[in-house]
Amino acid sequence: MARIDLVDLAQSYNGNDAPPESFALKPVTMTWRQGGAYALLGPSGCGKTTLLNLISGIVTPSRGQILFDGRDITPLSTQKRNIAQVFQFPVIYDTMTVGENLAFPLKNRGIAKAEVDARVKQIADLLDLTPYLNRKATRLTADAKQKISLGRGLVRSDVAAVLFDEPLTVIDPELKWQLRSKLKALHRELDLTMIYVTHDQTEALTFADTVVVMHDGRVVQSGTPAELFDKPAHTFVGYFIGSPGMNIVPAEVSGHEARIDGHVIGLHRNYGVLPAGKKIEIGVRPEFVDVAAPASGLLSATIERIDDLGRIQFARVRVGNTKLAARVPPGFSVSGGTAGLIFNPAYVHVYADSHLVEGVA
Amino acid sequence: MDKTINQKAWFLVLPVFLVVAFSAVLPLMTVVNYSMQDTFGNNQFFWNGVGWFKELLDPSTDLGGRFLASLGRNLFFSAVILAIEVPLGIVVALSMPREGWSVAACLVILALPLLIPWNVVGTIWQIFGRPDIGLLGYVLNHLGFNYNYVANDVDAWVTVIVMDVWHWTSLVALLCYAGLKSIPDAYYQAAQIDGASRWAVFKAIQLPKMNRVLLIAVLLRFMDSFMIYTEPFVVTGGGPGNSTTFVSIELVKIALGQFDLGKAAALSLAYNLIILIVCWVFYTVMTNAGSERPVKEGAA
Repeated sequence: MARIDLVDLAQSYNGNDAPPESFALKPVTMTWRQGGAYALLGPSGCGKTTLLNLISGIVTPSRGQILFDGRDITPLSTQKRNIAQVFQFPVIYDTMTVGENLAFPLKNRGIAKAEVDARVKQIADLLDLTPYLNRKATRLTADAKQKISLGRGLVRSDVAAVLFDEPLTVIDPELKWQLRSKLKALHRELDLTMIYVTHDQTEALTFADTVVVMHDGRVVQSGTPAELFDKPAHTFVGYFIGSPGMNIVPAEVSGHEARIDGHVIGLHRNYGVLPAGKKIEIGVRPEFVDVAAPASGLLSATIERIDDLGRIQFARVRVGNTKLAARVPPGFSVSGGTAGLIFNPAYVHVYADSHLVEGVA
Repeated sequence: MDKTINQKAWFLVLPVFLVVAFSAVLPLMTVVNYSMQDTFGNNQFFWNGVGWFKELLDPSTDLGGRFLASLGRNLFFSAVILAIEVPLGIVVALSMPREGWSVAACLVILALPLLIPWNVVGTIWQIFGRPDIGLLGYVLNHLGFNYNYVANDVDAWVTVIVMDVWHWTSLVALLCYAGLKSIPDAYYQAAQIDGASRWAVFKAIQLPKMNRVLLIAVLLRFMDSFMIYTEPFVVTGGGPGNSTTFVSIELVKIALGQFDLGKAAALSLAYNLIILIVCWVFYTVMTNAGSERPVKEGAA
């Protein structure tokens, strides 16, 4: 069990002299709390698996340090790091039974048989694998195999953190849900640091207390699901999390006002005068934009289609060349091809070159 | 499901049927016919019933003695080359590079012996081993070893075995390498995390994953070595004496040397039967090994 600190950690697969922009993981400094449930969320190729492999020691970093409880473990091999990792595809040892699979990491470390047996039994109970202990592991389903690979990590009592690399990819949808709840329960029970890599926002938001969003080799925001939803620090976070994603509209911002196509939208905070030369945009989630009948005080938009998600309807609209999504309030029926848009000023954020600008209240 | 009945389909099968009949069934039946008869030349045949087969299994007769002795030599030869080539092939495959230009270089070098025609392999080793002009024989004799595969039984055996190992270990190595390459990296990473030693990785991951290709390798090498003819025939001619006379060499001697068609036919049928049985055993083992289906959790 440990707190994990990353200090200026970076990784380049093309050598240390490669241009900084080509790094698979750009320098990152952050702390993973002991006992936290983290999700690393981002699209394929954003560097999340690289970060995970750096922590587990499968990849040695080009730069920077990794500290476990303040101790520098960067040069240590995977074996010595006390890390458990569950891979995308279940890894099981074909010739062994489930019990032997679970005992394998302990046997390799030369632990006495009685202790191994006790530990294996305990973990098998925890993962509901007890009935299969004497069965060949090859003949089980993918989710049972994935539990075995998890079990091989948990069986070590000294394990510092459990890393998951998209562990539910090969699991049937109905079992995904069960296995995810199981992970959550295990996390509460064992007080382990868990880091869960995924590109699926539902998985990330349901599993983690803290979601770390990565984009293009950088950590763009880390926070609770609510923070990511309400106040994305980067336009990428706004767009990637939420369905549909955040509306990002080019605008001119000064003081308490944003201008889109000459139309003024009030803002909750004062942004003063923003630096020139940066791309200024406002971002607002579709949930906080309502469509209404066209009126003179409202930004007028062309309605392209209505997406009915059952409990909520979103209108896909166009303002000039920008496409937006907006909520259709209950009881409002869309008529005609145009509508007015009502923004909820508390949730309108301002971005300069894609990064959030904090206004003054 | 309704099957369409169309008798015209028989015409499509007919060409294959004819080819197989003329290339396999009719010659085989001719052999069966010969095996029941004796001939004294001039195309005169006399009925002998199962006489040749009885002789074949009776070590006290000339035919039975020669057959059983050569069969014993053949099985011993197969066992020895399997015991050398399989572990050696695995070691070679394990020590091959996994990426980079050297992979291609290794593959080409390994493939070279496999591409050489069998009689050329025999000729290479026949000359290589000669004490007067062959590099191997000359060097060994000058180092003080009295090596002469023409005169000494053991030397002849060693030469034939080393030759086969040189010729065919590549096949085992290439098959194993293909098996190793198909293991996903995650297995090695998981083993690293589980703290597995090099030996544990081999035993828990690499060997089980090579299972299928190893079975194929053993089957191929057994069949090939059991039917070996050209190379020992070129190198030792079955000698000195009869010491390296394998079943195939004995068969050719009887059929074409002595022109004893009846005896040769009976021997070749027995030979064929052994090969069929071995094939069937391997086939059964392999299909059973592949029939392991995942069992639903809670099914048992």
